[in-house]
Amino acid sequence: MATMTDAPLFQYTLRLADTALILGHRLSEWVGHSPVIEEDLAFGNMGLDLIGQARALYAYAGEVEGKGRDEDALAYLRDAGDYRNLLLVEQPNGDFANTMVRQFLYAAFAHPYFEALAASKDETLAAIAAKAAKEMAYHVRHAAEWTIRLGDGTDESHARAQDALEELWPYTGEIFEVDPIERALIDIGVAVDPAPLRALWNKTMDDVLGEATLVRPRDGYMQSGGRAGRHSEHLGHILSELQFLQRAYPGATW
Amino acid sequence: MASALRDSDLRDRAWTAAASVADPEIPVLSIADLGVLRDIRVENGTVEAVITPTYSGCPAMNMIALEIELALEKAGFAKHKVTTVLSPAWTTDWMTEQGKAKLRQYGIAPPVAKAGRRALFGEDKVACPHCGSNDTQRISEFGSTACKALWRCKACSEPFDYFKCI
Repeated sequence: MATMTDAPLFQYTLRLADTALILGHRLSEWVGHSPVIEEDLAFGNMGLDLIGQARALYAYAGEVEGKGRDEDALAYLRDAGDYRNLLLVEQPNGDFANTMVRQFLYAAFAHPYFEALAASKDETLAAIAAKAAKEMAYHVRHAAEWTIRLGDGTDESHARAQDALEELWPYTGEIFEVDPIERALIDIGVAVDPAPLRALWNKTMDDVLGEATLVRPRDGYMQSGGRAGRHSEHLGHILSELQFLQRAYPGATW
Repeated sequence: MASALRDSDLRDRAWTAAASVADPEIPVLSIADLGVLRDIRVENGTVEAVITPTYSGCPAMNMIALEIELALEKAGFAKHKVTTVLSPAWTTDWMTEQGKAKLRQYGIAPPVAKAGRRALFGEDKVACPHCGSNDTQRISEFGSTACKALWRCKACSEPFDYFKCI
């Protein structure tokens, strides 16, 4: 039986799932390429956390939608225009500094966000979020430590970390956007309102960037559109790799 | 009444069987030690094992579910299933004291503090599972599995895994 909130709830859950999957995939691209073995393990672990979160969210989204789509159908059989992830997470890995700064920008938001979502009136989202929050606490700690080490490191690492920050900053505005779909869910206590979390995110930024001797970029023009399916050209390339097997051999399992 | 007694007897037997399943990544620990096995329910002769993942992406969960079904089958239960629940989220606080002792003997430092009070740069004090010294240092936040971090002991110079506190 469809209820009033089914369609928004599906959309909302899908957004969270897509963001987790795409960032998880991005991190997995580092495995085997990291500068040191500890970071190889760290990327594998963080990617696994995110893909695990995505699986739980996709399974629930499919259930809410009620059209028989499971986690695999949602992850593998939608095109770029149907993806609803934040633009930040689809940005290329770039160098190590770029990836770590991206992880820091996202995790500094995701950790308190999932903590708040753990109090959602939707029991399934609350359960997934309670676990995700604990995982994201490690991500933000790890990424923040690296941001400091790189920023307050050599001239080379400082310059690269500052470049990464400038490049990624225009994607941070979207994180706090709320559209009518989310507003409706926020009003009934299902979704999280990101606005009150902004002060905490700002504080995390100021504390960590300060210690890293990095300059916080000014909030200028902000990129937007991921939640409406308007993506950068990078997403199609991610999906071509992520979805290749299911597209080439539909229904393949192992 | 008689049926209720039978159910409780069946439940105990099923629990013993399911609880014997070892964590595939840390074989000294059973899923009962870990707190991954949440409950056993018996209804109309069907045994339902309820489990919860340690981490969202824990790759051992499928394996654990399969091993539980096998253990129940071997124990003579014809009808069984495994259900995964997420809430309340698993925490290292559920690991039994016996489990923590087994971990230490195995060379893995067990989780220390109560979970959930982690500051951004909060440092854990972890005792070396080899020599017991508290003079230890974190090498990496992420270890060989999602649930472990890499540490080293500055007293005995041995590296060791630390079961992270969540």
